[in-house]
Amino acid sequence: MLKLKNVDIYYGKIHAIKRVSLHVDEGKIVALIGANGAGKSTLLKTISGLHRPEQGAISFGDSDITRAAPEDIVRCGISQVLERAHVFKPMSVEDNLLLGAYHRSSRSVRTAIHGDIDHVYNAFPVLRERKKQLAGTLSGGEQQMLAIGRALMAKPKMLLLDEPSMGLAPIIAREILNMIVHLRQQLGLTVLLVEQNARSALRIADSGYVLETGRVLVQGTADDLLANRDVQRAYLGRDAE
Amino acid sequence: MYWEAINECMPREEREQLQLERLQATLFRVYMNVPFYRKTFDTLGIDPDAFRSLDDLRQLPFTTKEDLRASYPYGMFAVPLREVVRIQASSGTTGAPTVVGYTRNDLKHWSNLVARILTAAGVTQNDIVQIAFDYGLFTGAFGFHYGAERLGASVIPISSGNTKRQLKIMQDFRTSALLCTPSYALALAEAIHESGTSVSSLSLKYGLFGAEPWSEAMRSELQDKLKIIATDNYGLSEVMGPGVAGECLERNGLHINEDHFFVEVINPETLEPVAPGETGELVITTLTREAFPVIRFRTRDLTQLMPELCACGRTLIRMTKVMGRTDDMIKLRGITVFPSQIEAVLCATEGVEPHFQIEIDRKGALDEMTLLVEVSDSLFSDEIKDLQGFMDRIRRDLESEVGFPVEVKPVEKKSLERFDGKARRVIDRRKK
Repeated sequence: MLKLKNVDIYYGKIHAIKRVSLHVDEGKIVALIGANGAGKSTLLKTISGLHRPEQGAISFGDSDITRAAPEDIVRCGISQVLERAHVFKPMSVEDNLLLGAYHRSSRSVRTAIHGDIDHVYNAFPVLRERKKQLAGTLSGGEQQMLAIGRALMAKPKMLLLDEPSMGLAPIIAREILNMIVHLRQQLGLTVLLVEQNARSALRIADSGYVLETGRVLVQGTADDLLANRDVQRAYLGRDAE
Repeated sequence: MYWEAINECMPREEREQLQLERLQATLFRVYMNVPFYRKTFDTLGIDPDAFRSLDDLRQLPFTTKEDLRASYPYGMFAVPLREVVRIQASSGTTGAPTVVGYTRNDLKHWSNLVARILTAAGVTQNDIVQIAFDYGLFTGAFGFHYGAERLGASVIPISSGNTKRQLKIMQDFRTSALLCTPSYALALAEAIHESGTSVSSLSLKYGLFGAEPWSEAMRSELQDKLKIIATDNYGLSEVMGPGVAGECLERNGLHINEDHFFVEVINPETLEPVAPGETGELVITTLTREAFPVIRFRTRDLTQLMPELCACGRTLIRMTKVMGRTDDMIKLRGITVFPSQIEAVLCATEGVEPHFQIEIDRKGALDEMTLLVEVSDSLFSDEIKDLQGFMDRIRRDLESEVGFPVEVKPVEKKSLERFDGKARRVIDRRKK
């Protein structure tokens, strides 16, 4: 479904991503893991059009989206949830959700949008309870749910999630990841998940890629990666000697 | 029947993407972890980050058996020994052994890939599998052992040799699949006939033969004598062991497990890629090996790639049965001959068994080939004239096959050495 071939990305003068090739099949959860600064977030932002790759090709389904504008990429069916949620804090929960559907807001789809909000509320009941509350007053976990819910309002085929468990208590982080599995089942979503917590990411993923200094060090099924020595050493907290 | 339909029948374009991803990661890993490759790349000024297509691999030098030997024992390992859970060594058919290592993941993949080969050849969890390969440093037995267990078949780890015991167990344990070298299968078939046992009293259904080249004629003979479906499979210790490629029930070429091995076929003299469909030396790059990755390993095995899709539904590319090894390749009077060609002629001849040995001598300026072949006892007791006429016929058939006259010497049955593992067919007495 999503395919990257030999993508090079510069971050200022730094060659952040070096000829990375990867693919995500429809309906799969694929984890992208790696240390801080390995280039994971840069890669996600490049897929969603917020960054331009220097070289290489990115395709989604049959469309080449290598140099497409972010809003066109959203229309193709890819929605990104940025790191640290980035909800609009002075706005209500419901307005935040409505903003997620801004590109669909013609009169004819307005009722459909209200139906979609209902779906989001069903997936995250806590958001319904707080729909009038200002987003800034939500807890960290709730803000993350709101950010995911807002991304779902664009009716994406694929979600790009950047560290959805960052800064959350372990039990909340686990809950968020379980919800991702649930969403995949319910909505048939495809997910590319960036995580620093490799173990929890690989627990829910089908397969994964390990990035090191901007390159793919190893690619494989989640089980293979969990048993891989480099992954264990660097990302699962097993010491080297 | 497929073992992993998703990987075996994947659209080729998707598999190419997967190969590219795995190749790029492999190059990065060997550069980081294997001093041999780091040095090679640095010396030649090759940037491992520069690889953008599968074709780019051609810029890299080959890895040869000599390179592996020079790093004896552990020099080519890409992980510390504490990650290695198994050490095997190549059978050393052609010199000093090379040592290979496996991580847990390597063993898991190995089991899985062999399970694919077994499934493709018809074996299921209901089969009773007699593994008559040598258990030890040679990878054959262990590879099949893991694969058959992974598949859920019942494994008899009898190992090689002791033909009498092989037969007794085959009979008593109701073996349904026999795994060994084709030459040993032939020896077993002979022993069955000599013991007066009727083949139909056995439960044999499948024979999976490998570890040495064998001809189509040999296949017919084995299928006929043992009343089995005989399939060929291919592997070598340096890249993993068995599980690299195997025939499906179409029995027309061996499917290569391309999601784990990237293959090329080169002209062994010019080292350039051959045109599609031409014979050349198989070169393998591992895509998933953790402990012992190799880049462009020259197998010395001669084959052709068959890019057409197979009727079985697998999209994995096929290779023809291995025609011989570059080491076995006999160059005589400018003509290339493989022992498998001789074998094919003998299989097609009534009254001889394809037990043979080739001797090559230089008489004056001319190279001469002598073939020692076992003939049935009745021929020896018959009139000399009959035997001579018979030998003349073989001589004629051979000459039309190889293109120069071959001296043929009949020898008595059982006078040539029998091999439990790989047969040694050629004795070259020419001074190189």
